[in-house]
Amino acid sequence: MGLIVEAIITGVLTGGIYALMSSGLTLLFGVMEIINVGQGALVILGAYLSYVLEQDLHIDLFLGLLITMPVMFGLGLLIEFLFIRPVKGDRTMLSILVTYGVALIIEGILNLIFTANNIQLHAWYITASFDVGGFYLAYIYVFSFLLAVILLAGLYILLYRTKLGYSLRATIQNRTAAELIGIDVKRISTITFGIGIALAAAGGMGFGATNAFDAGSAYDLISRLLAIIIFGGMGSLSGALIASVGMLVIEDVTSVVWSPIWASTVFFILLVIILVVRPQGLLGQVEGRKQ
Amino acid sequence: MRIFKTVGLLVLLALAIVFPMLFPNPTVTTIAIFTLLFAAMATGWNIISGYTGYVALGHAAFFGIGAYALALMCQAWNVPGGYLPFLLVPVAGIIVIPVSALFGWIALRVRRHTFIVITIAMFFIVQLLAYNLRSITQGSTGLGLPIPIDWGGDFYNTPFYYVTLALLLIAIAISWWIRNSKFGLGLLAIRDDEDRAVGLGVRTVSSKLAAFIISAVIVAMAGAIWAYFVESIYPATTFDPNFDVAMALMAFLGGLGTLSGPILGAFILEPAQQYFAIYYGQSGYYLIVYGALFLVVIILMPRGIIPTVRDRWHQIQATRNQRRGELGLAITALPDKNASADVEKKEGINL
Repeated sequence: MGLIVEAIITGVLTGGIYALMSSGLTLLFGVMEIINVGQGALVILGAYLSYVLEQDLHIDLFLGLLITMPVMFGLGLLIEFLFIRPVKGDRTMLSILVTYGVALIIEGILNLIFTANNIQLHAWYITASFDVGGFYLAYIYVFSFLLAVILLAGLYILLYRTKLGYSLRATIQNRTAAELIGIDVKRISTITFGIGIALAAAGGMGFGATNAFDAGSAYDLISRLLAIIIFGGMGSLSGALIASVGMLVIEDVTSVVWSPIWASTVFFILLVIILVVRPQGLLGQVEGRKQ
Repeated sequence: MRIFKTVGLLVLLALAIVFPMLFPNPTVTTIAIFTLLFAAMATGWNIISGYTGYVALGHAAFFGIGAYALALMCQAWNVPGGYLPFLLVPVAGIIVIPVSALFGWIALRVRRHTFIVITIAMFFIVQLLAYNLRSITQGSTGLGLPIPIDWGGDFYNTPFYYVTLALLLIAIAISWWIRNSKFGLGLLAIRDDEDRAVGLGVRTVSSKLAAFIISAVIVAMAGAIWAYFVESIYPATTFDPNFDVAMALMAFLGGLGTLSGPILGAFILEPAQQYFAIYYGQSGYYLIVYGALFLVVIILMPRGIIPTVRDRWHQIQATRNQRRGELGLAITALPDKNASADVEKKEGINL
């Protein structure tokens, strides 16, 4: 029983990291109707950036985010401007191919620079742990969960309390109508892409601190992130948060009561069941007829 | 005109048949086999994604299931290497029918955008199962296939070449038949406006599912041939997300929804990819070059080669006709800019 409680606690805490990564992905789908399959590679890129700052400049991982997040935000703007904006025709489909191309390039560059060896981030709070009613929990889990809470609260304020947020939500509701009432949808799209990538960078730091990774980890990561946003409902932010925590809790509990190799399979099977009952996901909206 | 077309196609076919005799070098025939294999897969993929507009990015799952089905059958029945495993390729295709029917039933309940993501997730589920169902798939240890010991030297590739060519021809025949049937017309109607298609009496649910299954079976048979050709299969190489995207990119490059587009795309991309893999395979440069190729293709030619070239050709002809019209021979209207923009929206409707 104690083991299950432990699994639930770590599941909730790591779920926060996944919430950071998947909220960017689902936001991009909501606003731009694109699926950024490069999110996994960008998360890993964020993790490597934190690694470089920590190794070469001895900047603390959390402080380093003050550098990596703006850098990744800028990279997001650049990617959107160079590769997503010129895409004509079926945006959703072509965006997958384009972002896949971007992901391949990032993976190639990372392989060139860092080789394919697994690495993990280092800091005192990754190795040190404290006692929680019978089991030991590394500080990093709590810290990265707090980071996720702070960043997601910031995202909430941005979305619901600022003018940019109003425009952004209007674009999610109806792109054409938003354009008609004078919202610069292109600008909103670019900024959203930047925000999504910046969140991926923060998630990447959390991921790199709790897992060993290399450039190839992106594939595993993107499959989980896509599963999370389908589960929660494509384009739904709160859905992504619930699904992130749900997925990690289910995985951790499964690996305790059954076996670690079946951890993600159980989640995927649950996903299929959800889809049969509710094809639009937990909090997704039924896609209406598009003219 | 029609005679030219028939003669041209026959010449191409004859070239394809004598190709291994002209270039017996195993490196060349290996690249040729992969090219034909991917052409068949892209053609099969085009049946669901090109014709109905439901872009599926999980067909590599069926590729892998076909490969594992053949390997397991060969193991269970102690099939010796030789021509016999080729006879089991259609059986592997049949095995995939119920699997793809189940997947299609679940995935096709949603509309396009979510469908794409669900197919990707399904691919990863199957890949995970291939790793974890160790009692069947042996996990990451992989499975071996019978090795045809009688085929030595340059001849080794020849049977594979002709079997793959046959698969490609079958795929083209099916795709052509669908394109010219009432069923295919229904699929195109779904792509253009699904709700209206329902209103017009197209059985959209069963049509989509049928197209999904047909394309999955073709891809699965390609997977089975591939497995026999590469001799041993592992979850990482058999369930490769790159296959998903390769099929899509080939169809996009050639022209989504056209008959010849996916084949053309495969004939351009696969040799290029094999070349890069051979010369830069070990380094990260391979991924960078391949990724850059992606971006260039999609941004410069989002509609694909065949539709772009065809429109250009029609324009040239129309201009010529108009000039003749000015000379008093005939009067034909030049398609104005708005009309061509309208065509652009409905990309690749024509053959």
